[in-house]
Amino acid sequence: MARYLLLKHYRGAPAAVNDVPMDKWTPEEISAHVQYMNDFAVRLEGTGEFVDSQALAPQGTFVRYDGEGRPPVTDGPFAETKDLIAGWMVIDVDSYERAVELAGELSAAPGAGGKPIHEWLELRPFLTEPPTITE
Amino acid sequence: MNEVLLRSLTPSVLGILVRRGADFAAAEDAVQDALVEAVRVWPRDPPRDPKGWLVTVAWRKFLDATRADAARRRREDLADEEPAPGSAPAVDDTLQLYFLCAHPSLTPASAVALTLRAVGGLTTRQIAQAYLVPEATMAQRISRAKRTVSGVRFDQSGDVATVLRVLYLVFNEGYSGDVDLAAEAIRLTRQLAAAIDHPEVTGLLALMLLHHARRAARTAPDGRLVPLAEQDRDLWDTRLIAEGVAILQAALARDRLGEFQAQAAIAALHADARTAAETDWVQIVEWYDDLVRLTGSPVVRLNRAVAVGEADGARAGLAALAGLDPSLPRHAAVTAYLRERDGDLTTAARLYAEAARQAPNLAEHDHLMRQAARLNARPGR
Repeated sequence: MARYLLLKHYRGAPAAVNDVPMDKWTPEEISAHVQYMNDFAVRLEGTGEFVDSQALAPQGTFVRYDGEGRPPVTDGPFAETKDLIAGWMVIDVDSYERAVELAGELSAAPGAGGKPIHEWLELRPFLTEPPTITE
Repeated sequence: MNEVLLRSLTPSVLGILVRRGADFAAAEDAVQDALVEAVRVWPRDPPRDPKGWLVTVAWRKFLDATRADAARRRREDLADEEPAPGSAPAVDDTLQLYFLCAHPSLTPASAVALTLRAVGGLTTRQIAQAYLVPEATMAQRISRAKRTVSGVRFDQSGDVATVLRVLYLVFNEGYSGDVDLAAEAIRLTRQLAAAIDHPEVTGLLALMLLHHARRAARTAPDGRLVPLAEQDRDLWDTRLIAEGVAILQAALARDRLGEFQAQAAIAALHADARTAAETDWVQIVEWYDDLVRLTGSPVVRLNRAVAVGEADGARAGLAALAGLDPSLPRHAAVTAYLRERDGDLTTAARLYAEAARQAPNLAEHDHLMRQAARLNARPGR
């Protein structure tokens, strides 16, 4: 089994084919989109491939250590140019090919006009535990 | 076997162990072990005296654990002077436990976890599932919480307000996992109301019942949020509403108003309206005035602005927003709503979209996005 992270971006990914902000869709199109996402997760639970799915708020801050006895330095909210993650889904699948297939399905979620968004999703393999049998 | 009935015995059993001299942390573990054994044994061999059974088994578990800790002498001392079960006043024990588990030295998350386990009798696994954290994390949180309060004397009285805040937090968490936290919060608040005579305790109980009564109407079958004005009022639980109103009236008659009673009064006025149009917004504004006086909270002022908008028109509502920090949670959503009522649909649409981006959860995000979309998609635009 191989574990993959499907990353969805607010910003930083190449532009989608059907790239219309959600508030310019119709309410019915929003409902159809939400339904598609929910159905997708439920289906992956059914096939035993779903691990986790979370959404992130667009507000975020960079933080770093600034030396002994000093408060951490914060930077943000992020500048417009920076990459911004919107959420993720973790899947546990048999192969890279299966992961690509599922990412493709998720990217087909309907958007404006009820047409697929063709959104770019980032597919990242997890680093795994070392195998028990190595020789 | 009724699991809730079993769990309702938790606080008095725990209280008896502590009064016999067991330290709180060890006693709490022992009661949990006894509950687990009860779930296993009772279905085929139900005891005649469930509480006595739990006390006996929990005490034995405690002694076993103490022996394992090599504190033999202490155990023998305790065993020698073992009093008869049920000799301690159960009501007082229950109340002390609430105070201990909501002790001000605990963080809110710790107080919530400890209350659900030591007072509610839930297992660590159930609490972990409800709050979506790993079981090991929740186990650590609970054992740290127990260490934090280990020095607190059990017979010390506490502040009812801290207990109410903890119960309110549990109620607001709603539902996830196999435990219904809202129902559990109601059960624990009922139990508290039986242990102490305090109008804010019954005020909170009324508030919970009135909100719980609307639960079935609050979300559509597809998970969408349904705003109060659009809810199918036939889905409201009239039995819970009647109970909540009766409890609230008894509390208000004491003439010691507090914030939970005032919030419950607002919920009761909503519950009282057969249609959204029949809502008595003028009276609701008056209760919000009381709430502002009691709490000074900017969030209350924000909600009051919505009520003013309904009672005196959108312009008055917008005027009531003056002086409030726009970065307040839901400020954009409230402003969007009032702008729409005032006929400024373009501004309202922009603010709804902004509010969606600030939404603290997906259900609200989707709801607010739909509002923006509804206005942007209006014909002739």
